[in-house]
Amino acid sequence: MLMQTITPADARPQALPGTDSVGVQTPLFANQVEKTYSNGTQALSRVKLAIQRGEFVSLLGPSGCGKSTLLKMFAGLEQPSAGHVRWWGKDSPASPTQGQSLAMVFQEATLMPWARVSDNVRLPLDLAGVPKAQSQPKVDAALALVGLDRFSQVYPRELSGGMQMRASIARALATEPNLLLMDEPFGALDEFTRNKLDSDLRQLWASRDLTVVFVTHSIFEAVYLSSRVVVMGARPGRVIADIEIDGPLERDEAYRTSPAFIEQCARLSRLLAQANGDIC
Amino acid sequence: MSPSFTPWLRHPTVLRIVSPLLLGAVLLSLWQLACVAWKVPVYLVPSPADIGRTLVSDGPMLLGALWMTLKITFFSFALAVLIGTLAAFVFVQSRVLEASLFPYAILLQVTPVVAVAPLIIIWCSNTTLALVICATLVAIFPIIANTVLGLRSVNPGLLNLFRLNRASRWQVLLRLRIPSALPCFFAGLRIASGLALIGAVVAEFVAGTGGTGAGLAYQILQAGFQLNIPRLFAALLLIALTGVALFSLMALLARLSLRNWHESELG
Repeated sequence: MLMQTITPADARPQALPGTDSVGVQTPLFANQVEKTYSNGTQALSRVKLAIQRGEFVSLLGPSGCGKSTLLKMFAGLEQPSAGHVRWWGKDSPASPTQGQSLAMVFQEATLMPWARVSDNVRLPLDLAGVPKAQSQPKVDAALALVGLDRFSQVYPRELSGGMQMRASIARALATEPNLLLMDEPFGALDEFTRNKLDSDLRQLWASRDLTVVFVTHSIFEAVYLSSRVVVMGARPGRVIADIEIDGPLERDEAYRTSPAFIEQCARLSRLLAQANGDIC
Repeated sequence: MSPSFTPWLRHPTVLRIVSPLLLGAVLLSLWQLACVAWKVPVYLVPSPADIGRTLVSDGPMLLGALWMTLKITFFSFALAVLIGTLAAFVFVQSRVLEASLFPYAILLQVTPVVAVAPLIIIWCSNTTLALVICATLVAIFPIIANTVLGLRSVNPGLLNLFRLNRASRWQVLLRLRIPSALPCFFAGLRIASGLALIGAVVAEFVAGTGGTGAGLAYQILQAGFQLNIPRLFAALLLIALTGVALFSLMALLARLSLRNWHESELG
């Protein structure tokens, strides 16, 4: 069941010498990444992971397994203590050229309370210096995509938790990213809202050229959403298993109760229990 | 009490405006009654009516004095806001700067202005300027402390978002730190507006009759010497009303800028 196979991307001239050959088809590549905090805590131990273009990968694991730390490294918000991360074969996520931009959705909606929803969604474009005439259509399109087009002129506090999260996702989509990093975005929501957002997110991913890395501690969420699940273990954080999820491309509500779905969940559940049974 | 009457009385606006006014009217009437009933001499406690008459008869003089005090208050308040905010911006730029400068800001705050005022008055040939400096010293600390607190109280998630989008230091300041700081800044303004008035009055007291003094503090001193207690009360009333007006003005400013989003101004 343990598939530690990392499929090397097509060898392109951009590949960095001395590393695995990764190129434009590999939005993310973590090579022997480690993180040790100054107090000696080891959050991540020798993580090697490649994420290919168009994948929906969930990082699944108990709290303390370093999955959020790994995602922060993928966002360039944290530096590894050893090893390195490559974005489309390059050593920094900077300069979003055609087909190579990333956006992130955080655990909380992190909207600016003083700005209306549409201004919040426009923020990444504003910061990049995009004139309002050009950014507004993108903002409107992103809001329509998450179903918030009627709420563009309200303040975040007037929205429910689920709608705030939608606004947060719209903000990430407004930049038309190719790589979307999501850090337990629906963890604070009730189950109905979460299921709805999960299925909307799945559709969104299926409808465009988007690679998603999704952090979660819910087995069901991981199986429902992903094309591949990376199971992580704690103390120190490491990759335990790397599993392809078989399932239809179109996943509706009925899929949640289908035998295939339940079988995949059970398989992951056994793996997680094996890996963490002695610790938890 | 009839059920239809109760909701009207408990309406928030009524509760906030009418009830304190009502209480004031009751207290004033009691005061007036007590003065008349026990024939309290006017040089001890003047009745509200006596004070009202003095306000009218000494009006031009008192208003002139009020204008003088107001000028000092406004100048020192404006200076405190300007210098205090700039100082706060400098403090948040680096921990080293804050660590080296903040103790001196505290030193300014804990030294009583009454103790420093004579020096400043000696050093400044212009009395008005000396008074403004004294009042500024009193008012500046809450502005610095609150603005620093506000500029530092930034949601770490939003800061990460700005970093992720490669925001410049300038963009972070303008679009994140300053809006985040507004609630604390306005709290600072509220305290500082009252302190500027207190500073102006206290400094004028220290400058005393020797100054070019024509402010309300000078009027209070003079009235005290002459046992003109109604005028003393009238001047006191004007100072108190000025303080309330300043506070309300600051509250209004805070409300206008925060009402759309900050918890403190909702409802």
